[in-house]
Amino acid sequence: MIPLLAALSVLQLVSGTVLETYEAVLLRYPALLVLVPVQIGTAGNLASITCSRLTTQLYLGTYELSPSNPALRANAGAVFALAATVFGAVGVAAWAIGLALGGSLALGRVLLISLVSGLCLAVLVVVASVAAVEASYRIGLNPDDTTIPVVTNLCDIAGVLILFAVVSVVL
Amino acid sequence: MPGHDSARDIYRQALPVISVSLIAGLFAGTILASDTMRANIAEVPGLLLLLPAFLATRGGVYGSLGARLSTGLHQGLIEPRFRLDRRLTNAVVASFLNGMTVSVFIAVVTYLTLVLFGDGGSLFQLVGVMVVAGFLSAVLMITVLISVIFVGYRRGLDPDNVIGPVVTTLGDVFGVFFLLVGVAAVGAVS
Repeated sequence: MIPLLAALSVLQLVSGTVLETYEAVLLRYPALLVLVPVQIGTAGNLASITCSRLTTQLYLGTYELSPSNPALRANAGAVFALAATVFGAVGVAAWAIGLALGGSLALGRVLLISLVSGLCLAVLVVVASVAAVEASYRIGLNPDDTTIPVVTNLCDIAGVLILFAVVSVVL
Repeated sequence: MPGHDSARDIYRQALPVISVSLIAGLFAGTILASDTMRANIAEVPGLLLLLPAFLATRGGVYGSLGARLSTGLHQGLIEPRFRLDRRLTNAVVASFLNGMTVSVFIAVVTYLTLVLFGDGGSLFQLVGVMVVAGFLSAVLMITVLISVIFVGYRRGLDPDNVIGPVVTTLGDVFGVFFLLVGVAAVGAVS
């Protein structure tokens, strides 16, 4: 257990380094600091739902790597709809909390940052989940065991990277 | 049938679960963005650096404790009673030790990273903060997990369905809060 947890925490230092780099920006705009834990959590959640659904459909024989596959389309559609709902709500909430804590970022900016990074994340979640399920199946490993830890951790870290890529463009 | 859900079905089923973790995230975010925590972030080098690792390991350590307790209950090896049984004690002690070891490990790696990038930082301060925050979250998570799992199990709730949301919600909110307590405690000592 310990080696796994240790490796995981070293990996998470990548997003920590990004946070540390943007320390001054984060301290100036509390709304962005509010976005950080939400971004980390939601990315992992969407990824674990998608991976476990795709794996089930793979075993049921309803999944196929093709843009016209109904199961794949339904999953991708749901991830995008969920991301739009959640990150829209989060944008407004983070703006309000930021304002209450003395921030000065406009609603439009926070909403733009939250939605754009959320939708980029949705693209990543779908692509990474499909790739992980395909790869795991082709190598001959059970995707139920391998995909969730890999993809959720990847998306947690990528969540922070995407957030700050968007922040650096918008601000 | 899971194979034939439309996007709308998936959306409807997933939204409540995602919303729970979203609210937890917002709580954690609010504590993180509070004036006290922002002052801490400015004063303690490395606090932001260790944050994602600290939060991620909460899920790893206590999620697996929950899963172990749940399996034990289902197999009939652990009884849903609050008494010192060997299996229960083993599971609890193991997760406590895992939690503390990883917390100290994160503090040391964070310090080394700071040194590597030439930012400077205090090893004593980082280890102190992580020991306090790691200890408090261990006590809270273990107590709450055992209570929720045992009480839920006695009332016919499958612990496997409860562990995930409990660990993510409490882990994030209290993880950030205990970091704050940790900084205050180390500040008071030194």
